[in-house]
Amino acid sequence: MAEYKGVMIFGEAAEGKLATITTELLGCGRKLADDLGQELSAVLVGSGIGNLAQEAIAFGADKVYVVDDPLLKDYQTDAYLSVMEKVVGQAMPQVLLMGQTSIGRDLAPKLAFRLKTAASLGCLELAIDPQSKRLLQTKPVYGGNAQVVFVTESFPQIATVRAKAMAPLEPDQSRKGEVIKIDAALEPSAIRTKVLEKIPEEVEGIKLEDAEVVISGGRGIGSAEGFAQLEELAKMLKGAVGATRPPCDNGWVPAGAQIGLTGKIVTPDLYIAVALSGSSQHMSGCSGAKAIVAINKDPEANIFREARFGIVGDWKKALPAFTEKLKELLAG
Amino acid sequence: MNMIVCIKQVIDPEAPPASFKIDSAGNKVVPPQGVSPVIDPYAEYGVEAALKLKDALGGKITAISLGTNQLRDIVKKPLAMGADELILLEDEAFDGGDSWSTAYALAMAIKKIGEYDIIFCGREASDWNAGQVGSGIAEILELPSITLAKKIDITDGKAKVERVTDEGYEVIEISLPCLITVSNEIGEPRYPTIKGIMAAKKKEATVWKPADIGVEPSQIGAAGRHTKLLKLFQPVREGKCEIIEGESPEEAAANLALKLREAKIL
Repeated sequence: MAEYKGVMIFGEAAEGKLATITTELLGCGRKLADDLGQELSAVLVGSGIGNLAQEAIAFGADKVYVVDDPLLKDYQTDAYLSVMEKVVGQAMPQVLLMGQTSIGRDLAPKLAFRLKTAASLGCLELAIDPQSKRLLQTKPVYGGNAQVVFVTESFPQIATVRAKAMAPLEPDQSRKGEVIKIDAALEPSAIRTKVLEKIPEEVEGIKLEDAEVVISGGRGIGSAEGFAQLEELAKMLKGAVGATRPPCDNGWVPAGAQIGLTGKIVTPDLYIAVALSGSSQHMSGCSGAKAIVAINKDPEANIFREARFGIVGDWKKALPAFTEKLKELLAG
Repeated sequence: MNMIVCIKQVIDPEAPPASFKIDSAGNKVVPPQGVSPVIDPYAEYGVEAALKLKDALGGKITAISLGTNQLRDIVKKPLAMGADELILLEDEAFDGGDSWSTAYALAMAIKKIGEYDIIFCGREASDWNAGQVGSGIAEILELPSITLAKKIDITDGKAKVERVTDEGYEVIEISLPCLITVSNEIGEPRYPTIKGIMAAKKKEATVWKPADIGVEPSQIGAAGRHTKLLKLFQPVREGKCEIIEGESPEEAAANLALKLREAKIL
């Protein structure tokens, strides 16, 4: 019987290139493969994605499996699941990593159940246990209040990795690798869903995930007008506005502004937290910031346990004065 | 529409972070004193999604919950909100499970219920944040599934679902029966009405044991796990915040701006 061997990552494309999360997975996968003394492979599934194979090799893959089929243009669970079952059956990796994205979150558990193995979703750290050679999967639980280390006792050991938890390698265009094409062999009738429409979220200005400064507001902001003041500061600092869940649920800001365990993950140089208590759930999305600054009227608020600098006081008074002073300082 | 919603009793995730304690020797969470458990908020969105369809099309909603020590006042909340039946998978053998053993037991219970058009689950549960039970049930029952729906319409025996993605959302048509997971995007769960609470009090939950759903003890709970928990721990927080003072909030704010410049953060 063939043996499970090697590390595999599931690649995703974005705007004709490898998605950032995929380069991060390749960086992490390379290290795990080296620790095991085994190969790193990447799988590219989609339509017209074959040209990304060389990029995956430059970022660290030894082997790239390409499954290119018009039926794979849009992500659909049934189609991608069938393809991945086939790829894993052929390549038999010990470890399979995916991004904690709308695709990875959907596909990883389905594949784990189909293959009668297990997955850990949203991992922050992955390592190979020096003794057992098993994958140690560290992920937040209880809304970020705690973390756990899981081990899977069957193969492949599947994990999804959160954005920005891992660092990509510098791409090396001279790296050589092998590209293997796999026929999708899909039966259109076996795909029980149909994507009718895709509606992109409209983003004005800088994307939250890319911003170097993020100004975030919580329930205490109280209104859409309140968020307009955060917006003003964001504009001045060339940053972006984020929020905890209540402002999104109340429609003060778009749903896409939500930062946290079930929202976006940001790692800016500066995170200004205004009128938000700093629940573990929210902090899971911003604790990677280089510096956190808090404005909150409750001196006991959890955010002061996370922040480097803070003001205890009413944001309605503090924020305009802060914006004003910064304007002056930045102009001078 | 016959709908099934998987729910769960959990430690209140809104409890202050400082009250969260773990027993590291036992790799267990210590339930906080004086904080009542709640229905998992993600699962409550599942109840709301089902109720929205029931409002529009009529039908029946069965809530199903797996666990031990399930407080009736807590787990009856879906009934108070408008669900029709409650089934509890309650036995010590169900304890200590992971996504595998939980999805397996729920899937077998759903098989026993038999008739359904849509199964709803929360995108994950607020305790272990695994995010796999819904997908697992779908895979075991060989159903098509959609994760993270924000809107569901039924036309001509098919569901048209808006699925939240990293880029925005997509509209997907899916055949029934199917499984759908939801979260806060579906809209705030309704409050139980007084009438609903009274009706829920009168209803008895149906309790099923492993033998009732035809599962072996080795397939459920801790015995049915596919993952091993090596360590549960609380990440260390540095907690060194410098509070910037001032005569007024305005002055403190100006001092903060100066401080950020000094520290070369801005």
